[in-house]
Amino acid sequence: MSKRIEVRDLNVYYSKFLAVEGVSLEIEPRSVTAFIGPSGCGKSTFLRTLNRMHEVIPGARVEGEVLIDGNNLYDADVDPVLVRRQVGMVFQRPNPFPTMSIKENVLAGVKLNNKRISKSDADALVEKSLQGANLWNEVKDRLDRPGSSLSGGQQQRLCIARAIAVSPEVILMDEPCSALDPISTLAIEDLIEELKQDYTIVIVTHNMQQASRVSDRTAFFNIAGTGKPGKLIEYDDTTTIFSNPSVKATEDYVSGRFG
Amino acid sequence: MTTATAQITAKQRPGDRVFSGSAVFAGSMILVTLAAVAGFLLIQSLPALVASNEDASILDSNFWAYVGPLVFGTVWAALLALVMALPISIGIALFISHYAPRRLASVLGYIVDLLAAVPSVVFGLWGIGVLAPAIQPLYSWLVDNMGWFPLFAGPVSGTGRTILTAAVVLAVMVLPIITAICREVFLQTPVLHEEAALALGATRWEMIRIAVLPFGRPGIISASVLGLGRALGETMAVAMVLSATGAVTFQLLTSVNPSTIAANIALSFPEAYGINVNVLIATGLILFVVTFAVNALARWIVSRRKEFSGAN
Repeated sequence: MSKRIEVRDLNVYYSKFLAVEGVSLEIEPRSVTAFIGPSGCGKSTFLRTLNRMHEVIPGARVEGEVLIDGNNLYDADVDPVLVRRQVGMVFQRPNPFPTMSIKENVLAGVKLNNKRISKSDADALVEKSLQGANLWNEVKDRLDRPGSSLSGGQQQRLCIARAIAVSPEVILMDEPCSALDPISTLAIEDLIEELKQDYTIVIVTHNMQQASRVSDRTAFFNIAGTGKPGKLIEYDDTTTIFSNPSVKATEDYVSGRFG
Repeated sequence: MTTATAQITAKQRPGDRVFSGSAVFAGSMILVTLAAVAGFLLIQSLPALVASNEDASILDSNFWAYVGPLVFGTVWAALLALVMALPISIGIALFISHYAPRRLASVLGYIVDLLAAVPSVVFGLWGIGVLAPAIQPLYSWLVDNMGWFPLFAGPVSGTGRTILTAAVVLAVMVLPIITAICREVFLQTPVLHEEAALALGATRWEMIRIAVLPFGRPGIISASVLGLGRALGETMAVAMVLSATGAVTFQLLTSVNPSTIAANIALSFPEAYGINVNVLIATGLILFVVTFAVNALARWIVSRRKEFSGAN
């Protein structure tokens, strides 16, 4: 159920402001791809174009193509709602729905579109998704408690469970660990390693150790200066990016000389 | 919580003291006002509560038989108004907060606020002069064609000045306050939760249903209570529009209509004397109690699901 992503000459705009310019890259199925780069270089913006969440912001638009298994997400007849069911997303700050219980949170995406699901199927799916997010053992006795009663790391894993419950093909993660402590971060990183068996994963991170630990390939984004568009500088195997990058700016960034 | 053996007190600065003093003063004023009003109502009401029709000419038998139909009329009219106004208000608020383009939204918001500034006597005039005559044919049609439905039973009122017309006027009057509060609450919905819903593949309406409305639920209830409070206490518009006979009936379209407490006080007060004045004040006390009960009920509803409110 994982799919290959191909991006061709993508320009991303906020109204008239060009935020990301000319990105082309290919992401293999069942791999983890990390986006790194200084703040404001457009890596989160670019990530959000991969499930059409970018256009939620008024005035935001995109030029170019994003192909998932050959189908362009930005074709005129493509419904963004259906795109987002295929391409799940986990956000920087854990965001379980506060008015729902743990169980309802996991099922939130499944119950959309007036879909009915029998109670036994629902229970099985809740268990499977929470198992998949390594959260089942911690919450199985309190599935009816509010999602906001969990710790930050548990909430983030609940959000991952919620994302995988709708069986997407790709999971996007926008700095999923930046609001978490090191132990919770480790739990999420282990989880990413497991999710890789089934899903194509793209992760934005500020933590270069994290990128080198979890990802197979790494993309380095940079900007020339404030107000200039962000660009993809280098995209290669993670080991190459961190040991033997071909561009000077990448080497400076990963070795900590700037950014 | 453990109690420290030696209490550490912060250094007092003059500015702090002035500010905390004035805040305490302002806070206690609300209690003083409430106590003064409640005290006035209680003391003035006591003679009426035990009066019979020999003491007060306004009464038929005793006070409770007099106030009963009025309480019914008050609650019934306010409830009808709320039932009509709440869905429309939520719709307008959602349109302003989540559907309308920004410029249109601010214009609409301004117009809704303006509607709240229209004096109630103007709404009363509109109800008598425009709404009642205009809506009377509709009432006739309803009675003729849907008279089997108990609420629409005939005979139809010839003037259109029925409890339903009064409730429509009340609905228009409470609409702005409910809309304004709902709009503010909906705008406060965390973007994080809206995006969570959208990223799961929710349509705009599904996003509103799973993120915006549950988050806004306590606010919607508070807004309803404020609106209901205004409808319960509204005097002038009801007194002008409603042609009341004082009966207890659920029928909406006939010329036999219950009156409301506030309208009844306004209409009866100029001619009241002696213990009759106390009777009217006592109905005011009952209105106070009803409003208080509505508030308490709303607070209870909001607090029932506190741990799911997202405030923790």
